[in-house]
Amino acid sequence: MSKFNKKKGGELPAVNTASLPDIVFMLLFFFMVVTVLRKDNMLVQQKLPKADQVEKLKKDRSVFIYAGKPSSRYKEKFGTEGKIQIGDKYTDINSLEFALSEARTKLIPELQGKVVVGLKVDEQTNVGLLQDVKEKLRDLNMVKIIYITAPGNDVQQ
Amino acid sequence: MGRRATPEVNAGSMADIAFLLLIFFLVTTTIEKDKGIARQLPPKQDEQPPVDIKEKNIFVVTVNKEDQILADNELMDIQDIRQAAISFLDNGGDGSCNYCKGEKDPTSSDNPEKAIITVKSDRETSYKTYIQVQNELVAAYNFLRNRESERLFGFEFTKVKSAIATGDFKGNEERAQAKLKEIQALFPMKLSEAEAKKSQ
Repeated sequence: MSKFNKKKGGELPAVNTASLPDIVFMLLFFFMVVTVLRKDNMLVQQKLPKADQVEKLKKDRSVFIYAGKPSSRYKEKFGTEGKIQIGDKYTDINSLEFALSEARTKLIPELQGKVVVGLKVDEQTNVGLLQDVKEKLRDLNMVKIIYITAPGNDVQQ
Repeated sequence: MGRRATPEVNAGSMADIAFLLLIFFLVTTTIEKDKGIARQLPPKQDEQPPVDIKEKNIFVVTVNKEDQILADNELMDIQDIRQAAISFLDNGGDGSCNYCKGEKDPTSSDNPEKAIITVKSDRETSYKTYIQVQNELVAAYNFLRNRESERLFGFEFTKVKSAIATGDFKGNEERAQAKLKEIQALFPMKLSEAEAKKSQ
């Protein structure tokens, strides 16, 4: 009789959670490895236009120029006109040259001759601002550019 | 000497700590995916040598400050740009282009070698429209290049090109590169960018 009684009173066996930390750590390490902490603090709005006929950017030989309206928290200070940002600060169109050569020196020397300029421009910016930047780039002889875009395409075929 | 057993460390909260870190990294992670439309700017020259280009060999796309598009003197929607560019490039008016499948219209481009597409924009054109137009024009070139590489080599130009760029290409890379070059020569990308006009 006692044989049967024992089973009836038995509790649900607890799930062994001893390996849970290991699993979580594994995930943690994965995300730690793939994480790229954002280098530049964004001072301008960045909603990139969409395009699908794109090429990949080679990161090691690129310098970035950001352009767009100042982000919402800087609006009061800097207005709503389109602005250019290189690195961590706003750059005037005339000091673009200095800021770009400074950014270029951060690349490894072998690749400095093959610089690709990544243009991250907000979709609401005027083309005129872009035109000024391109004109400066031609002066500096940095003629390889890439318009960074978001994936997708708004145009219905 | 009485030996005391070392008290066991309670590892029960280890999972919580790890979770906390995990969530932090999950939130801060932005897997970078920079892709875009690559262009080469014309080098700076003091004096532009005058080039004689027939008007029928130039396909002018003008975008005004209201983001309206005028292509080949016709008001056009952005959806129709791609097709218009394809039929312009593929026209083959002088008959020297034996792979062209266009209408051979004598008032349109002579052959893909001579066909030039120009994008004119206003200073107040929005960047979004500008990129859309650029994207459609690149798409037109890619369409024609895909068609030719499909016919000659049996692969898609854009697929092989991106496979080589990412290092996923299986097979002889050099030979594939040479084939890509050949296709590019059939439809050379001649996209010129005029300077933006000042709007009144």
